[in-house]
Amino acid sequence: MYAQMVKSTGKGVQSLEDMSPEERAFQERIDRGEKIEPKEWMPDGYRKTLVRQIGQHAHSEIVGQLPEGNWITRAPTLERKAILLAKVQDEAGHGLYLYCAAETLGVSRDELLEKLHSGDMKYSSIFNYPTLNWADIGAVGWLVDGAAIMNQVPLQRTSYGPYSRAMIRICKEESFHQRQGYDIMMKMAFGTEEQKDMAQDALNRFWYPSLMMFGPSDKDSVHSAQSMAWKIKINTNDELRQKFVDQTVPQAKYLGLTIPDENLKWNEEKGGYDFSEPDWTEFFEVIKGNGPCNKERLGARVKAWDDGAWFRDGLMAHAEKQSAAKLAAE
Amino acid sequence: MKKEWPLWEVFIRGQHGLNHRHVGSLHAPDAEMAIKNARDVYTRRNEGVSIWVVEANNITASSPSDKGPLFEPSNSKVYRHPTFFDIPEEVGHM
Repeated sequence: MYAQMVKSTGKGVQSLEDMSPEERAFQERIDRGEKIEPKEWMPDGYRKTLVRQIGQHAHSEIVGQLPEGNWITRAPTLERKAILLAKVQDEAGHGLYLYCAAETLGVSRDELLEKLHSGDMKYSSIFNYPTLNWADIGAVGWLVDGAAIMNQVPLQRTSYGPYSRAMIRICKEESFHQRQGYDIMMKMAFGTEEQKDMAQDALNRFWYPSLMMFGPSDKDSVHSAQSMAWKIKINTNDELRQKFVDQTVPQAKYLGLTIPDENLKWNEEKGGYDFSEPDWTEFFEVIKGNGPCNKERLGARVKAWDDGAWFRDGLMAHAEKQSAAKLAAE
Repeated sequence: MKKEWPLWEVFIRGQHGLNHRHVGSLHAPDAEMAIKNARDVYTRRNEGVSIWVVEANNITASSPSDKGPLFEPSNSKVYRHPTFFDIPEEVGHM
């Protein structure tokens, strides 16, 4: 997902009896559905896991601007350009909401960015794939934002107050993103033969990377079990992936496009589709830094940060000078 | 020189007649930039008619552990609510 394979710290889920009184009171609050707020006591592992997860989520929003930003100057019409610009600006906003939520846990913005730039913290694997043509912008909105929404909607109920509130804001804005993507896909799929081929080609390339967004199966993972007990994670990766496939197949059918999976078949018994797993070797390679665009993406982030240093420092120096002058005048 | 921009808390009045409400925070070098950034980050969809920004370190907050002493005393003062008093029906609306 936007946060893939986040490891919780600790030994997995303890029973209430094995917990310290503080931990037990904390877990009981979560079980009652209470929100945990920044200054309140929380287990160290809860704090650390949240910083990792929210940080990774924020990084994904920010890095996610790059593949789409690539097409702002090349959008086919002025209207499409204005829409895409608004969408990419939203992603920046989402990144900022999430960084602020992470900062309430005692980590600084600069620390988070340094960890992204050094490769210590990750962002979603999906943004290491290229956007080769305009149809890809449609596929990204439809599939990538669609997969993101699958994950983000349940996270509105997460136990950590600032994270939950950030997710509520994000979800309100996110459905515009998916719809604008599907709108592009409709235009292309119902356009000329060449446009339809482009739409199919984009679906072919983004289908499996989108399935990878949910991360490998985690039904037996101790990390996931702990995160679920803490309500930092609400559903398993497999549950969300299944939901995504079930939702997306009819949408592809409407477009007259074919999901690139020979094994895709309705399974009456489970009330959902059977489908092929993505290539997990490829996923782990991308996570390790060997995807098609890892170097380009991280390179662009580091360059923007380094090139902007004089500007950030300049504004700060100006602000300090102004406040010194104001103090002297008093 | 390397210095992180300070953190600001952002409050927005959603509509005329409502209170400003906390919506989140952001980093900015000074108050003027904080207002500009708040406009871009928190009002992209017409969410407000007015913005307040306050540097986060100027906010004094009650401590979570004071919740009991601060708020419990009012629990026992149920007579502060109008529903505490039974008014006979024949008196009419009050």
